[in-house]
Amino acid sequence: MLSLGSVGAKSTKPSFVSYVTPEEIKLEKEPPKKLKHPDLLPGEVEFCSANPILKYTQDDLSQRGVFGTLFCTNFRITFISDEKSQEETIFQGIAHHCLEEKSLKCVFAFSYTGTPSPEMQRKRETILFDSPEDWTQEMKRTKANCRLVTENENFELSQRLPKYFVIPSALGDLFSYQGKGFPIWCWSHYSGCALFKASLPPVTQEDGDFQKHFDIMINAVAHNYLYSAKTEDLSESLPTIQDIQQSYNKFKQFFLIENSTDFWLSDMKWFSSLESSGWLDIIRQCLQKAVEVVECLEKDNTNVLITEEEGTDLCCVISSLVQIMLDPYYRTLMGFQSLVQKEWVAGCHAFLDRCNHLHQKDKECYSPVFLLFLECVWQLVQQHSPAFQFSETYLTVLSDSVHMPVFSTFLFNSAHHRESVLKAESPLAQSSPLSCPTVWDWSVQFDSKAQNYFFNPLYSEKVKHEKAVRKPHKLKHQRQLSLPSTAFKTPFKKGFFKDETDSLKKMLRVKRLSRWMGSPDSTAAISREFYESWQQRPLDYHGLLLPCLDGPAVRVWMQRYLRWIPEVHILGGGSVAVMTKLMELLSQVQDLKRVLEQRDSSQAAKPDHRPYIQHRLLSFGSSGRLPSSFPFAYSRNRSFKPIIPTGLMQCLMLTDSLASQEDEASSFVSLV
Amino acid sequence: MEESDSVESLCSSTTTRSDRSSGTRVSDTELRSKGRAIEKVYKDPSKGELPLLPEEHVQDSAKDVTYICPFIGPVRGSLSVTNYRLFFRCTDREPVFGLDLPLGVLSRVEKIGAATSRGDVSYGLACKDMRNLRFVHKEPEDSLKKSVFEVLMKFAFPVSNNMSLFAFEYKQVFPENGWKVYDPLAEYKRQGLPNESWRISKVNDHYELCDSYPAALVVPVTITDEELRRVSSFRAKGRIPVLSWIHPESQAAVVRASQPMVGQNGRRCKEDEKLLQAIMDANAQSHKMFIFDARPSVNAAANKMKGGGYESEDAYQNAELVFLDIHNIHVMRESLRKLKEVVYPNIEDSHWLSNLESTHWLEHIKLILAGALRIADKVESGKTSVVVHCSDGWDRTPQLTSLALIMLDSHYRTIRGFQILLEKEWLSFGHRFQQRVGHGDKNHTDADRSPIFLQFIDCVWQMTRQFPAAFEFNEYFLITILDHLYSCLFGTFLCNSEQQRLKEEVPKHTVSLWSFVNSQLEEFVNPLYVGYPSHVLFPTVGIRHLQLWVTYYIRWNPRMRPQEPVHQRYKELLAKRAELQKRVEELQREAANRTASSSSERAGSPTRSITPVQTFV
Repeated sequence: MLSLGSVGAKSTKPSFVSYVTPEEIKLEKEPPKKLKHPDLLPGEVEFCSANPILKYTQDDLSQRGVFGTLFCTNFRITFISDEKSQEETIFQGIAHHCLEEKSLKCVFAFSYTGTPSPEMQRKRETILFDSPEDWTQEMKRTKANCRLVTENENFELSQRLPKYFVIPSALGDLFSYQGKGFPIWCWSHYSGCALFKASLPPVTQEDGDFQKHFDIMINAVAHNYLYSAKTEDLSESLPTIQDIQQSYNKFKQFFLIENSTDFWLSDMKWFSSLESSGWLDIIRQCLQKAVEVVECLEKDNTNVLITEEEGTDLCCVISSLVQIMLDPYYRTLMGFQSLVQKEWVAGCHAFLDRCNHLHQKDKECYSPVFLLFLECVWQLVQQHSPAFQFSETYLTVLSDSVHMPVFSTFLFNSAHHRESVLKAESPLAQSSPLSCPTVWDWSVQFDSKAQNYFFNPLYSEKVKHEKAVRKPHKLKHQRQLSLPSTAFKTPFKKGFFKDETDSLKKMLRVKRLSRWMGSPDSTAAISREFYESWQQRPLDYHGLLLPCLDGPAVRVWMQRYLRWIPEVHILGGGSVAVMTKLMELLSQVQDLKRVLEQRDSSQAAKPDHRPYIQHRLLSFGSSGRLPSSFPFAYSRNRSFKPIIPTGLMQCLMLTDSLASQEDEASSFVSLV
Repeated sequence: MEESDSVESLCSSTTTRSDRSSGTRVSDTELRSKGRAIEKVYKDPSKGELPLLPEEHVQDSAKDVTYICPFIGPVRGSLSVTNYRLFFRCTDREPVFGLDLPLGVLSRVEKIGAATSRGDVSYGLACKDMRNLRFVHKEPEDSLKKSVFEVLMKFAFPVSNNMSLFAFEYKQVFPENGWKVYDPLAEYKRQGLPNESWRISKVNDHYELCDSYPAALVVPVTITDEELRRVSSFRAKGRIPVLSWIHPESQAAVVRASQPMVGQNGRRCKEDEKLLQAIMDANAQSHKMFIFDARPSVNAAANKMKGGGYESEDAYQNAELVFLDIHNIHVMRESLRKLKEVVYPNIEDSHWLSNLESTHWLEHIKLILAGALRIADKVESGKTSVVVHCSDGWDRTPQLTSLALIMLDSHYRTIRGFQILLEKEWLSFGHRFQQRVGHGDKNHTDADRSPIFLQFIDCVWQMTRQFPAAFEFNEYFLITILDHLYSCLFGTFLCNSEQQRLKEEVPKHTVSLWSFVNSQLEEFVNPLYVGYPSHVLFPTVGIRHLQLWVTYYIRWNPRMRPQEPVHQRYKELLAKRAELQKRVEELQREAANRTASSSSERAGSPTRSITPVQTFV
């Protein structure tokens, strides 16, 4: 049996297994001489190929496969069937390109020469936050009162910092902290208070320096609005990135299922296995922390500063979640993409290291932090689907795209890294940097029909009722201002503030979020109250959105994890059934509209003939019954047979006396 | 904001909206819309504003009762007991807190501990719908006066106190008579029966052959009534193999029965063997037949000791016996009890999944669904007739047959079709509702009680989750059925058999649940229903795809409640769908008009979707 281990993990189950031993393969006929070639993408180079290769289907027990050629290119492996032994070559090829360490230069993105599509126009597209205008615009949108820093344009402040970023206007000298410990503005609440994130200040010889720096940081944040701030050190209260990695590795194993027997055996202990991985618990903790931050912003109108060693991992998770919960804009497709750009891409999340694109063997920095964020978003989407313009399919596709080494989006460790590599790799050195498509140019991957699956047909569009929307906001704002807890309404003199930070800090409501909350138990109780009071209010899909975090409410992202397992495909069922029906209806309307429009102006749309990278997302055809795994796994010829569990008896060996009792208690009393 | 109601006021009010049409009670939706839904309030002269049903009367009431709510803590208010339900109302808190539950839901009422020094007595009320309530009340000083809880005990268990159930007093008139929903002959006619192989026998017209079976039985034409009588002595409780459903194309039949009385000596019955052979012969497509014994094989074998057992392969040639490993009523009762412990009142988040696993509830659901799936598969894919039985054929058997029928026949996935299915497979074939639920009976430890029907509804719910567009009814329909399984407001689920219901004249003296349901169908319609008339549904039975029915089992926990009542969303969706359909029609009409006007050009049909060049799956 030839098998390949799963990427990057050590003692894990193989995720790729050959179903037959070489001896079982019988060559039935002479292979035709003519060799076919795959349609290569621009820049894609064929490394090796093997022929004939027999391709088996997992759920087909007939032990018959399809003959063909397996190609390995610098981008993918691809199988082309021809109804016509170099296994080792091909396996070496795969192993070499999937498992071995490689340099960034070898990543396919640098060979890919597909041109960015002409549709990719700035106007209505994702905001990339790579220009000062984007940031100014965002500050204007949220009515933030902060300062845009352009001094790092050439990475003079620090290579770890974004090119442009926003800080509290009260923060003075920028150059003394080796690029660390800036409170970086994330988002402003309509009340004026804002969320900031920061890496921890550099630790110097003297403890006092750290403290002093920290105080300046907090005071700058507090100065933003009403002189109140809370801080939260995420590395203290949330799992470390290694914990996240370990838990995910464990969790992932449950979905690498070799065969039907394995499936039904593991089915019995499904719930306790899930629990033991701790993955759902990590998701719950992140959402919980985000809710706590939301509470500070929304209920107490306090500035919040979240910190972490580097400020680019869990800070990104929490700040993005907070923004999704508070700001309906980020629940639209474009808004969400802009958020990922703002917090993650421009925010310098170390994608290259965290995703381990280079297959480095013993690096500790590998951790699915971004996936964790998507998982949390999925929970929100699951619980409040009408509030989101995008669908779970979109999230699944996005999570897949992280590992598509074609896009510049998820390929670098920081803005500086991106810029320097793209410059160095440019074929026309010194003139312009290499242009890689961003992942947001979905037309590189999918045709427009497939892209329809990104949209949630049940999204409740915002009703354009300016007055109705604003009014409650105003009311809420006023009421909260009059709360007795908001003690400092009149601003202090600046001089006083600057001179006596220590004593002032005591007076100011500068508190550590977690300490202020007390023990973890009462934290849960307090945010429980916050959730409950929110839950009582009438639901507004365009207002604050909170997740329910009780045990049964946090679920497994079925579509992402179960889509390749034939045992759980529901033929003709799943949410796909509903979605397709709704989309059919919507597309009918659109088709008819188009027919009418075409009559008005007989202008035919020019078809796009560019090759698509993936066709995994299938366009829905006329077939009435799709499996629940659609649009990911789909075979037309799947026999319409139910999947009957095996080994049922083993799953419920009840030993207690009840099991042997007779149904009718009265009927055979004398005999028992 | 002022319109919104609170979690508190919701957290314990029942979702029974039975009497919505009579407009007499405050359900959570009504609280939401503050009285808009209330059409009229029956005023009881002694009690002021309680919304009462026709013939419902306040029996006693008490002020200064404290309800210990597990979610919001103690609430003080007044408590009233009528002959149908319990009201608890606290008006001096904002928002108003209310509890309103039919007495039929109670399984036990007991005093907890002795009176305190202040004369306070604590009462615990265990409910059949996954909750427990606790009240504290001052004992009346006049020892001759009965406490309101003693009155409660009397009316909560009318059967034990020689009184009649409220269903026999309730005289609401609905536009439709639900007792007419099921006509056995019409249903058999829909299936194409009788035909050349099957006849409708009158042998049980007076319930002499089998008192727990319906009057109309479908049997093979080749078997005489006399032979049926002999068979009945060989099958437990006389429950002979009769047809439940026949496949419209293949003629493969689903037949139900009870266990054969084989005993330790391997007794045989010529007529029984002939009957099964005749069932097999009625289906020309297959020379084989499957007998599904719902029990674990160990239990089936143990039954031989008590005279029962299973069909031996010697006696029944060409029949293959399959055990489905579903456990008995006692195991199910215990499993639900554990589940209640895990979900009520509080959920332990960190161990939720392993706690859930330890109840085995979903594993039982899996086994039942798996059994039904195998039956449906044999009938649909194998074109083979099947016989299904357990011990008596009135618990696991209806679970399996009715689920298999839902998979096989889209008619049973409509609202009316589902009602027919319940009336037929459960009510007419004698599922012992009175015993299993214990209507009005105070003997809460009765070993005959078991949540068999609840389990079936849970399985149906699981299927609606997997096929969200295949069922005409929504989740609220299923919850309504379960609420009225216990409420004793309607006559539908009373008694143990068709014979008993006729003897008690239940249809004459009570209202059917279907009268209520069918008079306001829009409440129960699934907006996503598209029907698939010819589709057979094969659900996925892996635990991975089963979910705990949170909106039923954990509905009392305010945190697990959807913020927006689900059926409200349903209605919005229905409106949206109607709007879209209207739009499609409009556009089609417009397009057609234009096509007519411009004759040369053909209207472009929707372009064919592009098929992918290749897939990587």
